[in-house]
Amino acid sequence: MNDLIRGKAYVLGDHVDTDQIIPAQHLVYSLTDPEERKLYGKYALSSVPPEQAGLPEGHCPFIPEGAFTSEYTVIVGGGNFGCGSSREHAPFALREAGIEAVVAESYARIFYRNSVDGGFLAPFETPQKLNDKVRTGDEVELDTKAGTLTNVTTGESWALQPLGDVAAILEAGGVFEYARQQGLIPT
Amino acid sequence: MTITEAILAQHAGRDRVSPGETVWIDVDTLMTHDVCGPPTIEIFKREFGEDAQVWDKEGLAIIPDHYIFTSDQHAHRNIQILRAFAAEHDLPYYYDVGGDDYKGVCHMALAEEGFNRPGTTLFGTDSHSCTSGAFGLFSTGIGNTDAALILGTGKIWVKVPETMRFVFEGELPPYLMAKDLILAVIGDIGTDGATYRAMEFDGEAVYDLSVEERMTLCNMAIEAGGKNGIIQPDAKTMDYTRARTDRDFTPVYTAPDARFHSERVYDVSTLEPVVAKPHAPDNKAPVSEVAGTKLDRAYIGSCTGGKLEDFVAAARILKGQEVVVDTYVVPATTDVRKALWTEKVDGETLADIFSNAGAKIGLSSCAACLGGPPDTFGRTHGTEVVISTTNRNYPGRMGSKQSAVYLASALTTAASALSGVITDPRDVLVA
Ligand code: SF4
Repeated sequence: MNDLIRGKAYVLGDHVDTDQIIPAQHLVYSLTDPEERKLYGKYALSSVPPEQAGLPEGHCPFIPEGAFTSEYTVIVGGGNFGCGSSREHAPFALREAGIEAVVAESYARIFYRNSVDGGFLAPFETPQKLNDKVRTGDEVELDTKAGTLTNVTTGESWALQPLGDVAAILEAGGVFEYARQQGLIPT
Repeated sequence: MTITEAILAQHAGRDRVSPGETVWIDVDTLMTHDVCGPPTIEIFKREFGEDAQVWDKEGLAIIPDHYIFTSDQHAHRNIQILRAFAAEHDLPYYYDVGGDDYKGVCHMALAEEGFNRPGTTLFGTDSHSCTSGAFGLFSTGIGNTDAALILGTGKIWVKVPETMRFVFEGELPPYLMAKDLILAVIGDIGTDGATYRAMEFDGEAVYDLSVEERMTLCNMAIEAGGKNGIIQPDAKTMDYTRARTDRDFTPVYTAPDARFHSERVYDVSTLEPVVAKPHAPDNKAPVSEVAGTKLDRAYIGSCTGGKLEDFVAAARILKGQEVVVDTYVVPATTDVRKALWTEKVDGETLADIFSNAGAKIGLSSCAACLGGPPDTFGRTHGTEVVISTTNRNYPGRMGSKQSAVYLASALTTAASALSGVITDPRDVLVA
């Protein structure tokens, strides 16, 4: 996890479930094969209903036709982000697409854990609704140490919920690296 | 402390823990199945080495159940990976497909095989792993990375959840089942109403339920976003568990001074049969409000609604009658399936009752609960309107994105199968 994450924001609504993030039919690809894993990026967020894709206008594809990665770096979502199944492929797919952090009002807990323990992305919680304050395509800067999100395009800035105990796991790069650092598993 | 806090404290080697704290705990049982087992094994080998040993063979249950009776090659590849891993590590609790060991749906199998020991901790690579909490243990779903870490170390970190308490008072009327109670709760608090929290079920109506029915309450905790569902153990829990395992366990209880995030009290004698309308488990409606909705299919199965008690309930309604829509009966496990040929209602076996009613009896597995490959028993392919005893009705969950699923109890599902429209079980149950 970088101290500063800067890039374009992609904005989504409430209850984005794991099937919208990566539809079940795509779970067959290998997560390790360098060619096959790219397909997770290609199909990331491919089942978000078009009117919800890239708010406030919608109809803004996350991945351009034919591409494997996205031009966006941070997702700003609503409540209950990542609800549904326990598939770890969901945060993995977002990471493959180029997402480094999600800012949402709340998360489904298995998605939250998987994001942290796989070291895929930083799931920040915001105490106030932000998906109506940031527009898809706005340039944002996330200070992961200070826990602030700045909308560079508009100049507004907000305090996010501190990451707390999971910060150390994200800093280590995932739960295995963390466990090694802590001496829980031999190096 | 609540029972959830007390179990976590004990497994963290601490006297007390408080909600919000993160602790590393010892894991007693890890469960995985055919969908998430193979990637878990892959991560385990990558991180701990090709020759690494699992932390505790006795604590590992590998229960293939999701994509079993299909010609799909990817599905078969997954089973082969599990089989090879079980052989390589000489695992005592691998329930292989195609033989006498095969069980079926993992959450029911864990109960039948004695893994649900009160006071212990259980993690599974399946979001409905919260089911086991019905036996007074801490159980929840995790991803593959966490599962691989447990496989190598027997440890995992947990953030201690706050507990929401749901108290069911009064006597359950014969037309209601545990499914009606949990659909009522989810309808009231929403699909994220319990996110990060424990859901503790309590009250005389809960302890009047069989342990099987209690599992249905805890099974659907995840549909409200809950981390775990839990019920304090009682004599029924102890009898069920002791009959199935010789291993030691120490039951744990909620202390009188335990603090709860919130409490909701229901008088079950005043509740009505309910359904969750398409396409979310919190889209609650009393059956009386949607009665008459035309159906194409009825489905009785899954970890939520494929227990023997569900089939007994359905048989009470279907006996001597004929269904008018395609009706699928999918016993969760092979034990439940066998019991269809021995258990009787008014002198007739359940299997005979279902066959004579024109229902199709399937083999034990998850089957169409989660859609699955195109050749899956009971899967939807078009615009079918289904009434089902399963636990999720998001678009496409049973196969086709165009189909619509109403979640209901086995009583309501069976009553509806007879008329072809959503029907209140009170209209057909003879007293
Ligand atoms: S029966 Fe359905 S809900 Fe239960 S484990 Fe299988 S797929 Fe999941």
